[in-house]
Amino acid sequence: MSAMVWIILAGALATYLARIGGHLVLSRFERIHPRVEAGLNAVPAAVLTTLVAPVATTGGPVEWAALVVAGLVALRGSLSAMFLAGAVVLIVLRNLV
Amino acid sequence: MATAEPTSSKSDRMSEFLDGARHGMPVAVASLPFGLLFGALAVQNGMSVWEATLMSATVFAGASQMVGLELFGQTIAPWVIVLSIFAVNFRHVLYSAALGRRVPHWTPFQRAFGFFFLTDPQYAEGEKRAAGAHGLKFIWFMGMAAPIYLFWIVDAYIGATFGNLIPNPHALGLDFLLPIYFLGLVIDFRKRPLWLPVVGASAAASIAAYYLVGSPWHVSIGAAAGVLLAAVVTPANATAHRIEDAAE
Repeated sequence: MSAMVWIILAGALATYLARIGGHLVLSRFERIHPRVEAGLNAVPAAVLTTLVAPVATTGGPVEWAALVVAGLVALRGSLSAMFLAGAVVLIVLRNLV
Repeated sequence: MATAEPTSSKSDRMSEFLDGARHGMPVAVASLPFGLLFGALAVQNGMSVWEATLMSATVFAGASQMVGLELFGQTIAPWVIVLSIFAVNFRHVLYSAALGRRVPHWTPFQRAFGFFFLTDPQYAEGEKRAAGAHGLKFIWFMGMAAPIYLFWIVDAYIGATFGNLIPNPHALGLDFLLPIYFLGLVIDFRKRPLWLPVVGASAAASIAAYYLVGSPWHVSIGAAAGVLLAAVVTPANATAHRIEDAAE
Protein backbone atom coordinates (compact mmCIF):
# COMPACT_ATOMS: atom_id res chain seq x y z
CA MET A 1 0.00 0.00 0.00
CA SER A 2 1.16 3.56 -0.69
CA ALA A 3 2.25 5.98 2.04
CA MET A 4 -0.89 7.98 1.30
CA VAL A 5 -3.13 5.03 2.20
CA TRP A 6 -1.28 4.49 5.48
CA ILE A 7 -1.64 8.16 6.41
CA ILE A 8 -5.36 8.01 5.56
CA LEU A 9 -5.84 4.92 7.74
CA ALA A 10 -3.83 6.42 10.62
CA GLY A 11 -5.92 9.60 10.33
CA ALA A 12 -9.05 7.47 10.40
CA LEU A 13 -7.86 5.69 13.55
CA ALA A 14 -7.00 9.04 15.21
CA THR A 15 -10.46 10.38 14.38
CA TYR A 16 -12.14 7.27 15.72
CA LEU A 17 -10.08 7.46 18.93
CA ALA A 18 -11.39 11.00 19.49
CA ARG A 19 -14.96 9.78 18.95
CA ILE A 20 -14.79 6.80 21.25
CA GLY A 21 -12.09 8.12 23.63
CA GLY A 22 -14.23 10.75 25.30
CA HIS A 23 -16.71 8.08 26.26
CA LEU A 24 -14.06 5.62 27.44
CA VAL A 25 -11.75 8.06 29.26
CA LEU A 26 -13.20 11.50 29.88
CA SER A 27 -16.57 10.23 31.09
CA ARG A 28 -14.90 8.68 34.15
CA PHE A 29 -14.61 12.19 35.51
CA GLU A 30 -17.77 13.86 36.75
CA ARG A 31 -16.40 17.35 36.29
CA ILE A 32 -13.69 18.77 34.10
CA HIS A 33 -10.96 21.18 35.28
CA PRO A 34 -11.73 24.70 34.00
CA ARG A 35 -8.28 25.14 32.48
CA VAL A 36 -8.48 21.79 30.70
CA GLU A 37 -11.93 22.70 29.40
CA ALA A 38 -10.72 26.12 28.22
CA GLY A 39 -7.79 24.47 26.46
CA LEU A 40 -9.99 21.83 24.82
CA ASN A 41 -12.47 24.47 23.71
CA ALA A 42 -9.67 26.44 22.08
CA VAL A 43 -8.24 23.51 20.08
CA PRO A 44 -10.28 23.68 16.84
CA ALA A 45 -10.09 27.48 16.37
CA ALA A 46 -6.37 27.44 17.24
CA VAL A 47 -5.50 24.67 14.76
CA LEU A 48 -7.65 26.06 11.96
CA THR A 49 -6.22 29.56 12.38
CA THR A 50 -2.73 28.23 11.66
CA LEU A 51 -4.01 26.95 8.30
CA VAL A 52 -5.29 30.40 7.29
CA ALA A 53 -2.97 33.08 8.72
CA PRO A 54 0.43 32.12 7.20
CA VAL A 55 -1.13 31.26 3.82
CA ALA A 56 -2.91 34.62 3.81
CA THR A 57 0.46 36.40 4.13
CA THR A 58 1.71 34.64 0.98
CA GLY A 59 -1.35 35.61 -1.10
CA GLY A 60 -1.92 38.76 -3.16
CA PRO A 61 -4.75 41.31 -3.32
CA VAL A 62 -7.07 38.80 -5.04
CA GLU A 63 -6.71 36.23 -2.25
CA TRP A 64 -7.05 38.91 0.44
CA ALA A 65 -10.24 40.23 -1.14
CA ALA A 66 -11.71 36.71 -1.17
CA LEU A 67 -10.83 36.17 2.51
CA VAL A 68 -12.26 39.55 3.58
CA VAL A 69 -15.54 39.02 1.74
CA ALA A 70 -15.83 35.44 3.01
CA GLY A 71 -15.08 36.62 6.56
CA LEU A 72 -17.77 39.30 6.44
CA VAL A 73 -20.37 36.90 5.05
CA ALA A 74 -19.44 34.31 7.70
CA LEU A 75 -20.41 36.77 10.45
CA ARG A 76 -23.98 36.86 9.11
CA GLY A 77 -24.61 33.77 7.02
CA SER A 78 -24.03 30.03 6.97
CA LEU A 79 -20.82 28.20 6.19
CA SER A 80 -22.13 27.43 2.69
CA ALA A 81 -22.98 31.09 2.01
CA MET A 82 -19.60 32.35 3.17
CA PHE A 83 -17.75 29.71 1.17
CA LEU A 84 -19.72 30.48 -1.98
CA ALA A 85 -19.11 34.24 -1.58
CA GLY A 86 -15.37 33.77 -1.07
CA ALA A 87 -15.08 31.36 -4.00
CA VAL A 88 -17.01 33.67 -6.36
CA VAL A 89 -14.81 36.67 -5.47
CA LEU A 90 -11.67 34.57 -5.93
CA ILE A 91 -12.67 33.06 -9.27
CA VAL A 92 -14.04 36.30 -10.75
CA LEU A 93 -11.00 38.37 -9.76
CA ARG A 94 -8.53 35.73 -10.93
CA ASN A 95 -10.12 35.68 -14.34
CA LEU A 96 -10.34 39.49 -14.59
CA VAL A 97 -7.08 40.69 -13.02
CA MET B 1 -25.81 -10.07 20.24
CA ALA B 2 -28.39 -8.88 22.74
CA THR B 3 -30.45 -6.03 21.35
CA ALA B 4 -31.06 -2.97 23.46
CA GLU B 5 -34.83 -3.10 22.98
CA PRO B 6 -35.73 -6.80 23.07
CA THR B 7 -39.48 -6.25 23.22
CA SER B 8 -39.82 -3.98 20.18
CA SER B 9 -41.25 -5.51 17.05
CA LYS B 10 -39.69 -5.45 13.62
CA SER B 11 -42.02 -2.71 12.33
CA ASP B 12 -41.29 -0.53 15.38
CA ARG B 13 -37.60 -0.82 14.66
CA MET B 14 -38.16 0.02 11.00
CA SER B 15 -40.14 3.14 11.86
CA GLU B 16 -37.44 4.19 14.36
CA PHE B 17 -34.79 3.75 11.67
CA LEU B 18 -36.80 5.74 9.13
CA ASP B 19 -37.47 8.51 11.63
CA GLY B 20 -33.72 8.77 12.22
CA ALA B 21 -33.13 8.84 8.47
CA ARG B 22 -35.59 11.74 8.18
CA HIS B 23 -33.33 13.71 10.53
CA GLY B 24 -30.21 12.66 8.61
CA MET B 25 -31.35 13.60 5.11
CA PRO B 26 -31.14 17.42 5.49
CA VAL B 27 -27.61 17.04 6.86
CA ALA B 28 -26.65 14.76 3.96
CA VAL B 29 -27.91 17.34 1.45
CA ALA B 30 -26.29 20.32 3.21
CA SER B 31 -22.89 18.61 3.29
CA LEU B 32 -23.08 17.62 -0.39
CA PRO B 33 -21.11 20.60 -1.78
CA PHE B 34 -18.33 20.02 0.75
CA GLY B 35 -18.22 16.30 0.02
CA LEU B 36 -17.88 17.00 -3.71
CA LEU B 37 -15.28 19.70 -3.06
CA PHE B 38 -13.26 17.32 -0.93
CA GLY B 39 -13.15 14.79 -3.77
CA ALA B 40 -12.18 17.40 -6.37
CA LEU B 41 -9.44 18.93 -4.20
CA ALA B 42 -8.16 15.50 -3.20
CA VAL B 43 -7.26 14.56 -6.77
CA GLN B 44 -5.77 18.05 -7.31
CA ASN B 45 -3.55 17.35 -4.29
CA GLY B 46 -2.30 14.08 -5.72
CA MET B 47 -4.75 11.48 -4.39
CA SER B 48 -6.33 8.87 -6.59
CA VAL B 49 -10.11 8.58 -6.85
CA TRP B 50 -10.10 5.48 -4.67
CA GLU B 51 -7.85 7.10 -2.02
CA ALA B 52 -10.20 10.09 -1.81
CA THR B 53 -13.20 7.78 -1.48
CA LEU B 54 -11.36 5.68 1.10
CA MET B 55 -10.61 8.77 3.17
CA SER B 56 -14.26 9.86 3.22
CA ALA B 57 -15.34 6.32 4.15
CA THR B 58 -12.82 5.86 6.97
CA VAL B 59 -12.20 9.35 8.43
CA PHE B 60 -15.75 10.66 7.87
CA ALA B 61 -15.01 14.17 9.20
CA GLY B 62 -15.11 17.13 6.80
CA ALA B 63 -12.72 19.55 8.50
CA SER B 64 -10.19 16.81 9.36
CA GLN B 65 -10.16 15.54 5.78
CA MET B 66 -9.61 19.04 4.38
CA VAL B 67 -6.75 19.60 6.83
CA GLY B 68 -5.23 16.31 5.74
CA LEU B 69 -5.42 17.40 2.09
CA GLU B 70 -3.84 20.76 2.81
CA LEU B 71 -0.88 19.06 4.49
CA PHE B 72 -0.53 16.17 2.00
CA GLY B 73 0.34 18.76 -0.65
CA GLN B 74 3.41 19.83 1.30
CA THR B 75 6.47 17.89 2.41
CA ILE B 76 5.27 17.27 5.93
CA ALA B 77 6.11 14.35 8.18
CA PRO B 78 3.23 11.80 8.25
CA TRP B 79 2.88 11.98 12.04
CA VAL B 80 2.33 15.74 11.89
CA ILE B 81 -0.46 15.20 9.35
CA VAL B 82 -2.10 12.54 11.53
CA LEU B 83 -1.74 14.71 14.64
CA SER B 84 -3.34 17.66 12.84
CA ILE B 85 -6.24 15.48 11.66
CA PHE B 86 -6.68 14.35 15.26
CA ALA B 87 -6.44 17.89 16.68
CA VAL B 88 -9.11 19.33 14.38
CA ASN B 89 -11.47 16.53 15.32
CA PHE B 90 -10.55 16.67 18.99
CA ARG B 91 -13.80 18.36 20.02
CA HIS B 92 -15.45 14.99 19.47
CA VAL B 93 -13.86 13.85 22.72
CA LEU B 94 -16.37 16.05 24.54
CA TYR B 95 -19.31 14.95 22.35
CA SER B 96 -18.40 11.36 22.98
CA ALA B 97 -18.10 11.80 26.74
CA ALA B 98 -21.43 13.62 26.90
CA LEU B 99 -23.40 11.32 24.62
CA GLY B 100 -21.93 8.20 26.25
CA ARG B 101 -23.93 8.98 29.37
CA ARG B 102 -27.16 9.12 27.38
CA VAL B 103 -26.89 5.57 26.06
CA PRO B 104 -26.41 3.17 29.01
CA HIS B 105 -29.00 0.90 27.28
CA TRP B 106 -26.73 0.36 24.25
CA THR B 107 -24.51 -2.73 24.21
CA PRO B 108 -20.71 -2.16 24.20
CA PHE B 109 -20.64 -3.22 20.54
CA GLN B 110 -23.37 -0.74 19.67
CA ARG B 111 -21.38 2.04 21.34
CA ALA B 112 -18.11 1.08 19.66
CA PHE B 113 -19.88 0.93 16.29
CA GLY B 114 -22.24 3.87 16.68
CA PHE B 115 -19.65 6.37 17.90
CA PHE B 116 -17.76 6.06 14.63
CA PHE B 117 -20.63 8.12 13.14
CA LEU B 118 -20.48 10.88 15.76
CA THR B 119 -20.33 14.03 13.61
CA ASP B 120 -21.35 17.49 14.83
CA PRO B 121 -24.99 17.31 13.61
CA GLN B 122 -25.25 13.69 14.78
CA TYR B 123 -24.24 14.79 18.27
CA ALA B 124 -26.62 17.75 18.32
CA GLU B 125 -29.64 15.73 17.13
CA GLY B 126 -28.70 12.77 19.34
CA GLU B 127 -28.66 14.95 22.46
CA LYS B 128 -32.05 16.41 21.51
CA ARG B 129 -33.51 12.96 20.94
CA ALA B 130 -32.06 11.62 24.20
CA ALA B 131 -33.66 14.46 26.15
CA GLY B 132 -37.07 13.78 24.58
CA ALA B 133 -39.73 11.21 25.43
CA HIS B 134 -38.43 8.50 23.07
CA GLY B 135 -34.89 8.34 24.40
CA LEU B 136 -32.00 7.76 22.02
CA LYS B 137 -32.28 4.28 20.53
CA PHE B 138 -29.38 2.73 18.64
CA ILE B 139 -31.55 1.96 15.63
CA TRP B 140 -32.69 5.62 15.42
CA PHE B 141 -29.08 6.81 15.73
CA MET B 142 -28.01 4.52 12.87
CA GLY B 143 -31.01 5.63 10.82
CA MET B 144 -29.79 9.19 11.09
CA ALA B 145 -26.18 8.26 10.33
CA ALA B 146 -26.98 6.12 7.27
CA PRO B 147 -27.87 8.81 4.70
CA ILE B 148 -25.16 11.18 5.97
CA TYR B 149 -22.48 8.50 5.67
CA LEU B 150 -23.61 7.09 2.32
CA PHE B 151 -23.93 10.54 0.73
CA TRP B 152 -20.51 11.53 2.05
CA ILE B 153 -18.81 8.57 0.38
CA VAL B 154 -20.63 9.01 -2.93
CA ASP B 155 -19.88 12.77 -2.87
CA ALA B 156 -16.14 12.07 -2.61
CA TYR B 157 -16.24 9.54 -5.45
CA ILE B 158 -18.14 11.88 -7.79
CA GLY B 159 -16.05 14.92 -6.80
CA ALA B 160 -12.80 13.04 -7.36
CA THR B 161 -13.93 11.61 -10.70
CA PHE B 162 -14.83 15.05 -12.04
CA GLY B 163 -11.91 16.78 -10.28
CA ASN B 164 -9.62 14.96 -12.70
CA LEU B 165 -11.31 16.68 -15.62
CA ILE B 166 -10.72 20.28 -14.49
CA PRO B 167 -8.39 21.87 -17.10
CA ASN B 168 -7.18 25.00 -15.26
CA PRO B 169 -7.37 24.59 -11.47
CA HIS B 170 -5.76 27.98 -10.80
CA ALA B 171 -8.48 29.89 -12.69
CA LEU B 172 -11.10 28.07 -10.61
CA GLY B 173 -9.26 29.03 -7.45
CA LEU B 174 -8.85 25.41 -6.34
CA ASP B 175 -5.51 26.14 -4.68
CA PHE B 176 -7.06 28.75 -2.39
CA LEU B 177 -10.49 27.30 -1.58
CA LEU B 178 -9.24 25.46 1.50
CA PRO B 179 -7.98 28.57 3.34
CA ILE B 180 -11.38 30.20 2.65
CA TYR B 181 -13.15 27.13 4.03
CA PHE B 182 -10.91 27.08 7.13
CA LEU B 183 -11.56 30.77 7.72
CA GLY B 184 -15.29 30.01 7.72
CA LEU B 185 -14.79 27.25 10.29
CA VAL B 186 -12.68 29.56 12.48
CA ILE B 187 -15.45 32.19 12.42
CA ASP B 188 -18.05 29.48 13.14
CA PHE B 189 -16.40 28.98 16.52
CA ARG B 190 -16.67 32.68 17.45
CA LYS B 191 -19.20 32.08 20.26
CA ARG B 192 -16.62 30.08 22.21
CA PRO B 193 -15.12 31.78 25.27
CA LEU B 194 -11.75 33.51 24.60
CA TRP B 195 -12.23 33.05 20.84
CA LEU B 196 -10.63 36.33 19.75
CA PRO B 197 -7.50 36.09 21.96
CA VAL B 198 -7.05 32.43 20.93
CA VAL B 199 -7.31 33.24 17.22
CA GLY B 200 -5.02 36.26 17.65
CA ALA B 201 -2.36 34.26 19.49
CA SER B 202 -2.53 31.36 17.02
CA ALA B 203 -2.37 33.70 14.01
CA ALA B 204 0.62 35.64 15.35
CA ALA B 205 2.51 32.54 16.48
CA SER B 206 1.84 30.58 13.28
CA ILE B 207 2.93 33.46 11.02
CA ALA B 208 6.08 33.99 13.10
CA ALA B 209 6.83 30.24 13.07
CA TYR B 210 6.16 30.01 9.32
CA TYR B 211 8.86 32.58 8.55
CA LEU B 212 11.30 31.91 11.40
CA VAL B 213 11.11 28.12 11.87
CA GLY B 214 9.47 27.04 8.63
CA SER B 215 6.64 24.75 7.56
CA PRO B 216 5.25 22.40 8.96
CA TRP B 217 6.03 23.72 12.44
CA HIS B 218 3.72 26.69 12.06
CA VAL B 219 0.77 24.33 12.61
CA SER B 220 1.84 22.84 15.95
CA ILE B 221 3.48 26.02 17.28
CA GLY B 222 0.53 28.23 16.33
CA ALA B 223 -2.03 25.81 17.75
CA ALA B 224 -0.08 25.38 20.99
CA ALA B 225 0.06 29.15 21.45
CA GLY B 226 -3.74 29.50 21.27
CA VAL B 227 -4.49 26.51 23.48
CA LEU B 228 -1.95 27.54 26.14
CA LEU B 229 -3.26 31.09 26.15
CA ALA B 230 -6.81 29.82 26.77
CA ALA B 231 -5.66 27.54 29.60
CA VAL B 232 -3.47 30.19 31.27
CA VAL B 233 -5.92 33.10 31.29
CA THR B 234 -8.73 30.90 32.67
CA PRO B 235 -8.70 31.09 36.48
CA ALA B 236 -7.91 27.71 38.04
CA ASN B 237 -10.80 28.20 40.46
CA ALA B 238 -13.38 28.99 37.75
CA THR B 239 -16.53 26.89 37.83
CA ALA B 240 -15.79 23.31 36.90
CA HIS B 241 -18.49 22.30 34.45
CA ARG B 242 -20.11 18.93 34.14
CA ILE B 243 -19.02 17.06 31.02
CA GLU B 244 -22.47 17.47 29.46
CA ASP B 245 -22.32 21.26 29.78
CA ALA B 246 -18.74 21.41 28.53
CA ALA B 247 -19.76 19.75 25.25
CA GLU B 248 -22.30 22.48 24.42
